[in-house]
This record gives sequence, C-alpha cells and structure tokens, in this order.
Amino acid sequence: MMLKKYWWRSFKDKLVVGLAAGATVVVLLPLGAIFGYLVYRGIGSLNWNFLTQIPKPPGETGGGMANAIAGSGLILLIASLIGVPMGIGTGVYLAEFGKKRFGYLIRFTADVLNGVPSIVIGIVAYSLVVIYQKHFSALAGGVALGIMMVPIISRATEEMLLMVPQSLREAAWGLGIPQWRTTLSITLRTASSGIITAVMLSFARVAGETAPLLFTAFGNMYWSRSINQPTAALPLQIFNYAISPFDDEHRQAWAGALILIVLIVVSMSLVRMVASRGVFKGGN
Amino acid sequence: MGVGIQVNQLNAWFGNTHAVRDIQMDIPANHATAIIGPSGCGKSTFVRCLNRMHETIPNARVQGTVKVGDTHVYGNGTSAVEIRRRVGMVFQKPNPFPTMSVYDNVAAGLKLNGYRNRRELDEIVERSLRQAALWDEVKDSLKKKSGASLSGGQQQRLCIARALAVEPEVMLMDEPASALDPISTSKIEDLIFELKQNYTIVIVTHNMQQAARVAEFTAFFLIGNLIEFDKTEKIFTNPSDKRTEDYITGRFG
Repeated sequence: MMLKKYWWRSFKDKLVVGLAAGATVVVLLPLGAIFGYLVYRGIGSLNWNFLTQIPKPPGETGGGMANAIAGSGLILLIASLIGVPMGIGTGVYLAEFGKKRFGYLIRFTADVLNGVPSIVIGIVAYSLVVIYQKHFSALAGGVALGIMMVPIISRATEEMLLMVPQSLREAAWGLGIPQWRTTLSITLRTASSGIITAVMLSFARVAGETAPLLFTAFGNMYWSRSINQPTAALPLQIFNYAISPFDDEHRQAWAGALILIVLIVVSMSLVRMVASRGVFKGGN
Repeated sequence: MGVGIQVNQLNAWFGNTHAVRDIQMDIPANHATAIIGPSGCGKSTFVRCLNRMHETIPNARVQGTVKVGDTHVYGNGTSAVEIRRRVGMVFQKPNPFPTMSVYDNVAAGLKLNGYRNRRELDEIVERSLRQAALWDEVKDSLKKKSGASLSGGQQQRLCIARALAVEPEVMLMDEPASALDPISTSKIEDLIFELKQNYTIVIVTHNMQQAARVAEFTAFFLIGNLIEFDKTEKIFTNPSDKRTEDYITGRFG
C-alpha cells in the first residue's frame, strides 16, 4: 500500500519536472533555429571587408556594412541616453513616490505607450525632430528608439523596486539616511540586477527596430559625419538589401542580421559583467 | 550618553484605527525600559512614534508631544531624518543590506550621510562591531562577506552594530530577539545590559522573562492604552492594576 503510493508520487514528480523541461526546450528551440539558420546563411558573406567597408554601388559585389554598424551603435547610444534615465526615473517615481492618482495616470500612459505601434513612434520623432531640423538624422532615430525604451524600462524598474522588502527602506530611514539617499543607495542598488536586465531587454528590443528609423535616421550608403545627418542603421540596411534584386545584397542582408544578433548578445554580456562587479548577490 | 524621553498625550492612528491612545510616559535616561503587552496592543506603534517611523506608513497619523532630551520630536523645526539619527532602531527581523559587505553595512549610516574619513570609519566599524559582540566572528572577512550571508543571530547583532555606528542617544528595539534561537537571544540580552551604561534603551518584547532580565522599568500596554508603568520588580511582583496582574500571571494575552 505505502509502496504503491510512493510509486505514484514519484511518477507525478517526474512527470511535472519532465513537462517543465519540455516547455523550456519548446521555448529555446525557435531561438536556436533562428540563430542556427542565420549562421548558416550569413557566415559565408561575413569577412573583414564586411565589417570595415561601406556599401558598394548596387550591382557590384563586395563592400560592407561598417557605416551601418557604427550608425546603429550611435543611434542606440542616443536612444539609451534618453530612454534609460527617463525610464529608471519614471520607475523610481512610480514605486517610491507616486502611489496616488497621478502615479496611476503615468502607469496607464506607460502601458498605452508600450502598445503603440513602433511606426507611430517614428512619426512622432519625425514631427518632433525631423521637421524641426528639416532633415533626417541619427538624433531623430535615437529619439524614436529612446521613446520606445521608456515604458519598458519604467514598468520593469517599478516592479523590481516593489520587490525590495520594505524592511530595507525602514532600516535605512532608521539610521537617519534621507529618503533620496535611501532610494539611490539602498533600494535601487538592491534591485539593480533586475533593472539592468530590463534595460538590456529594452535595448535588444529597439536595436532590431526598423519601422521607427525609416523616416527618422533614414539610412545612408556612406559614412555620416555628425548626429545631424541621415545615418545608416543595421536593421534599415538589412531591410533595403533584403528587398533588392541582387543576390549579393541578399547575402549581405543575412550577414547583417547575424552581426546584429551577435552585437546585441555581446553588448548584453559586457554590461552584465561590468555591472555585477563589486555587488554582493543573493541574501535572504 | 543617553537622554530621557518625555511622552505627552501621544495618540497614533492607522487611517481610522486609533492604535495608541493618550500615552503619558517619562522614559528615564541610561536605563532599559521594557514595553510589554499582548499582540496588537500598540507597543510597536508606540515605539515607532518615538523616532518618527510611524509616519512613513501611508495614512498613518500622530498627535501629541515627544521630547528626546531637549528636542521636540514633532516640533516645527525638527526633521525626521535628524531625529532618526539620534534615536536608533533595531527591528524585529534582522534586515542587513544584502548588497553590502559586513563593513559597509556597519558604515552605511555614516557613509550614506557623506562621511568619508577612511581611518575614522575603520575605527568606528571596529568599535561598533565589538560593542555588538560580533567583531571576533567577522573580523577576517569584513569586506568579503555579504551582510546577508551571516546567520540570523549574527545578522541581528550586525543590525545593532549598524545602529550603534551613528552614535545615537536612544536605542529602540522592537522585539529584537523574537526571531532568534535561545543562545543568540542571550547574547542580545547581554548586549542590552552593556549598552544601557551609555544609551537609553526602549525594548518591546513578548517575552516577560526577557523584560524582567534586562529592564529596570516596564510599561504594560493594552489595546493602545498605557495601563501601568513602574519599576520592573513592582510590575512583576506587585502590580497595582488588576489587568497587569492578569496578563503577567497568564490569565489572558
């Protein structure tokens, strides 16, 4: 009798663990498949020229995406400079100060903004920056992507801060540490690894955006010399090459997609490594 | 040196719940005063009114006067931050900062208030940890170990060291040993005995033996009211109020 029950329990245990493992595989499979296929199609066109040269005129073979790689980096840097402080600041306000009606309003706005199609955000950046400057620019692209980062980062930051136990805030207040210091050095620091994850997720999300860049950064077949010029970006270049009639440009589009993913993974790992130095993990 | 606390007509609310009613109390300097009473009688709320922690809870309200030494805690020109620096607090559950080393935990109150003198910080950290009877256990890994990696009893002594490092005049302890095993508890009690030479201590406790062991004065609270406040010996041997007697003899609570 006892033995039989035990058998049934251990069967259920293994079943649930098996299902969980199965779900993990199902989730990871598409990711692996995409990455594998990108490597398969893209690795052949990936060479030193691809990383160091600008595009050749249509129809000619060779050339590279150096300007698009640099342009993407520049646009993402501008986007992060706008999106990260605003997103984290909003999240801090929502979690630590905005418990009332105004906070509810911001929270709702952030959720709506999160659901706005990215091309609409591109139009907003177009009317805010491009019309004002009278030409396309990396700045406009950065503004568009920066706006997209804000709601993702702010809501995630809020969630992470709310997970920090109230007792830690009380401990800090009890030592006579002012509220702003407590938020900065205790609450944010305790939630930092979660917030960094949120920042990196939003970064990866906007790094691959094409639509908001179409009429903001616009793209450029040459090097752009300032943030006020039309600027190439990897997703734009991939898009343009993918719909072109030339085989060589198709091959370059695959390589560009592969580079985009690799660069995102590398930058995420770097940030994680730098950010985790000197902070104690875990605790209870 | 510790200073006394004078409490006058103190009332505290959570929203519409009147948690502490018309408390009148003179807490003597450089002694330990125990606050006892059944759960929900307002002990913790009362203590949290003494360093203005009560008002950090949404919808919480305080009325009346509290004087720490010569300072009006709820006076117009008094800041809560200033009061909390002078009136330290140790909480029921140990709450070391998990992202900080043992050293940084102890130094937090000073460092985060802009104190930068390395050598003095080193001295203060060592002195505080010695006072809290934790120095010998952590001295070899001060900056390597996280505050959260210590055992529960060590964490609580770390929290006491952290509170001592800012050199308060009063130390509030809200059931500091209730989450600890008997050995850690007796260490904390020994500590209270040491500390009251130099600090005024107010300790909330559920444990009446503990009150009898560490405190010269004891206050009995019931449903937000202060029923009796006297020498500990008097409270436990010859209480003047029937309700105090019922409580300490275990008839309710």
